[in-house]
Amino acid sequence: MSALLEIRDVSKAFGGIQAVTGVSLDVQPGEILSVIGPNGAGKTTLLNMISGFYHADTGRITLEGEDITHVSPSHVAHRGVARTFQNIALFKGMTVLDNLMLGRHVRMKAGVLKSFVYWGLAQKEEVAHRKRVEDIIDFLKIQDLRRRPTGSLAYGLQKRVELGRALALDPKVLLLDEPMGGCNHEEKEDMARFILDVNEEWGATVILIEHDMGVVMDISDRVAVLDMGRKIAEGAPDEVRADPEVIHAYLGEAKNGGRRD
Amino acid sequence: MTDLATLPQLVLRNARGSADRPAIREKDRGIWQTWTWRQYHDEVRDFALGLAALGFRRGERLSVIGDNRPRLYWAQVAAQCLGGASVPVYQDSIAKELAYVWSHAEVAVIVAEDQEQVDKILALRDELPALRLVVYDDPRGMLHYRHDWLKSFAEVQEAGRRFGQAHPGAFEREIEQGRAEDVAFVCYTSGTTGTPKGAVITHANALATARAAEAAERFQPDDDYLAYLPMAWIGDAFYTLIMSLWAGFCCNCPESPETVQRDLRELGPTLLLAPPRIWENMLTAVQVKAADAPRLKRWVFELFRRAAERAEILRSDGKPVPFGSRVLGTLGEFFVCGPVRDQLGLGRTRWALTGGAPLGPDTFRFFRSIGVNLKQVYGITETTGLVSLQPSREANPTTAGRPCPGIEVRIGDRGEVLVRGDGIFRGYLKNEEATREVIDRDGWFHTGDAGFMDPRGHLVIIDRAKDVGALADGTPFAPQFIENKLKFSPYVREAVAFGHEKPFVAAMIAIDLGTVGNWAERRGIPYTSYMDLSQKPEVRELIREEVRKGNETLPDSTKVRRILLLTKDLDADDAEMTRTRKVRRRHVVEKYAAVIEAFYGGKDEVELATAITYEDGRQATLRSRVTIVDVEGRPVEALAHA
Repeated sequence: MSALLEIRDVSKAFGGIQAVTGVSLDVQPGEILSVIGPNGAGKTTLLNMISGFYHADTGRITLEGEDITHVSPSHVAHRGVARTFQNIALFKGMTVLDNLMLGRHVRMKAGVLKSFVYWGLAQKEEVAHRKRVEDIIDFLKIQDLRRRPTGSLAYGLQKRVELGRALALDPKVLLLDEPMGGCNHEEKEDMARFILDVNEEWGATVILIEHDMGVVMDISDRVAVLDMGRKIAEGAPDEVRADPEVIHAYLGEAKNGGRRD
Repeated sequence: MTDLATLPQLVLRNARGSADRPAIREKDRGIWQTWTWRQYHDEVRDFALGLAALGFRRGERLSVIGDNRPRLYWAQVAAQCLGGASVPVYQDSIAKELAYVWSHAEVAVIVAEDQEQVDKILALRDELPALRLVVYDDPRGMLHYRHDWLKSFAEVQEAGRRFGQAHPGAFEREIEQGRAEDVAFVCYTSGTTGTPKGAVITHANALATARAAEAAERFQPDDDYLAYLPMAWIGDAFYTLIMSLWAGFCCNCPESPETVQRDLRELGPTLLLAPPRIWENMLTAVQVKAADAPRLKRWVFELFRRAAERAEILRSDGKPVPFGSRVLGTLGEFFVCGPVRDQLGLGRTRWALTGGAPLGPDTFRFFRSIGVNLKQVYGITETTGLVSLQPSREANPTTAGRPCPGIEVRIGDRGEVLVRGDGIFRGYLKNEEATREVIDRDGWFHTGDAGFMDPRGHLVIIDRAKDVGALADGTPFAPQFIENKLKFSPYVREAVAFGHEKPFVAAMIAIDLGTVGNWAERRGIPYTSYMDLSQKPEVRELIREEVRKGNETLPDSTKVRRILLLTKDLDADDAEMTRTRKVRRRHVVEKYAAVIEAFYGGKDEVELATAITYEDGRQATLRSRVTIVDVEGRPVEALAHA
């Protein structure tokens, strides 16, 4: 089986700080892969390189065999990679519905002029996209929030809407940066359920950064561990949990250190 | 088939006579989807034949659990087509309650709305030996559930279509075999005491009650009804299944429980049934919005609302409304009443009913005065949901209306309301003794409610007969009557009054988190949780003032003297209320014995150790010291007698 996403020996430095050093990772189609590690281990930097937000200094990232190492974020999105952010990045003044429709933007073909006239293709397109968005609203059970400005929603619900916007892209690969950060127990359970359902029913491959070990071990097919910008372990949740280097670098340290949010 | 004897026969009639009229709608993906009576018939047929193919036999029982969904209604009718009975259950019941009902009723098939409900069934599977088949409506999340006894609704219908091709005419033959005395529903009464009892309701009961309702009130085939109440409640079964099939009107299922308010407005139903809770919530929403409005708007609203209310009081007393008030009323209709009705989704409502519990007179009057034809209805599970109803011209907040034609009502010993008619249920399932206790030799059903007939011939319900007591000095004491006075305050969500064989009346009050929270925010009073808010001195003072207002309408001897604000709302999960939100008095008295002792022992504080049950059945205890408030100074003399 060839990997959907291949990360080959990528490194990234910011000034004198080496954020990611020589990380390689294969992501198989249909799996849930979690990336864990202590704060500052380079997890978000790795995600940013996949989504085209940063470009790797060295190394190569390919999606379905195509090199996307130096491609812009919008092109990566076109190829089916969607993401959510650690700090929610929704348009707070816009309604839930508008935020989700916006997520469909890269899939829309009608140009400014056609859209303005709102006739023929543009209208048909809008209806089709709205249908898709309604599927997502139904899937995430946020029917009662359609017309609410996202800024007025509780934090956990905003996280859910952000996931919805990522889903609106019809992603092949879903990058989730701490989707449960700051959520309460119930919201975490809901989110875990949604991630599993997205993976199983919509067939999306998920790359997940998460601090909640319970959730990570529960829903991941595989776990990769980063520490100081290097990959120190990779494997099934149980293997990783038993790895002495991981215990030392991550779990041991997490017990003494706090978490950053 | 000239004589219609069963509900499935009504489905056949409607599919022929009103084939293209809307039968049921569901809001899905943001759009109202409609099924005509022909489509309704086809859906029911396919599912019924699917059940038949999977071995469902006459006399077996099918249960449904979930929100109001067309498929769950079709499943119930499908079971009835095959001579089976439907056993709807409350979807928010805890596992223990579900296990009891399903095993007691020996259900063979359960149709569940979604994964959440299927998981509940999976956990109880071992306790349900009679259960052979579980069907789910929403396939979401069900991909990895692999059991040969678990099927999707679509799969069963597919099996039904194959079965139908192999056995042409089987569906019609099954329906033809149906007899009026077959069991249509087994409705478990929530029961304010003890374990639930399954009331057996036959097709004859259902159709007799439908006839009575039709003789008392106008139902039209083009009516729209909103089906949003729990399916296990007889009120929903009666209107959404029995009356809809009988009169051919359209039932509409909201998108989700959270969107009911908005769906109500989009739809503008012409008929509406709502328990007092819903009316109170609507009024509260209007009051909160009015309080937040700019001064001019507020002034206009108050001016016309008061005028409309004065006119309504005159009208209900049968007095003429003066010319000036009529002019003000016309203007008010244009500026205030019409728009408010429209905002609430009551713009097209021909009549609306409140039932299940008494509704505060001020709430009642508010809706009538803004032009909603709100009326009281009285009915209980054992009478197929209907006993009496107010005619539109005689609507008033105190009575339960006139007994419907064909339903006899008599007042028995100790003022108990007795009912007789063809709508009276056959008995409790597997409980002869309980049946004999409530249906006497002459066929009168003993409702357990205390009441009387007023001079106009309206039935008036006072309280549950066994709850009516007397204060220590012999003054009659009806707790519900007092609780309803307290509950009229928008800030009070629930109240429980004590006083039987006590020197004075005291009450525990659960505040309304929404309105009190809003009140606190506007005054800049910070709070963290329900518990915290309920114990703020400012809130205590607010509620005390509200109780004092309520007391003004009570005779001196039954004024509420002492109150205490609970640190959590009363909840059915903690067995403090029934699923239809009636106080389970005996249980509450036991649970809050310390509070009662403090009320009458003259203490000013009490430690509340409340055991609460989470929805998944886990238990936890909340401990806190709670202050008791003397409403109008200290009841010194009363205490001296204690």
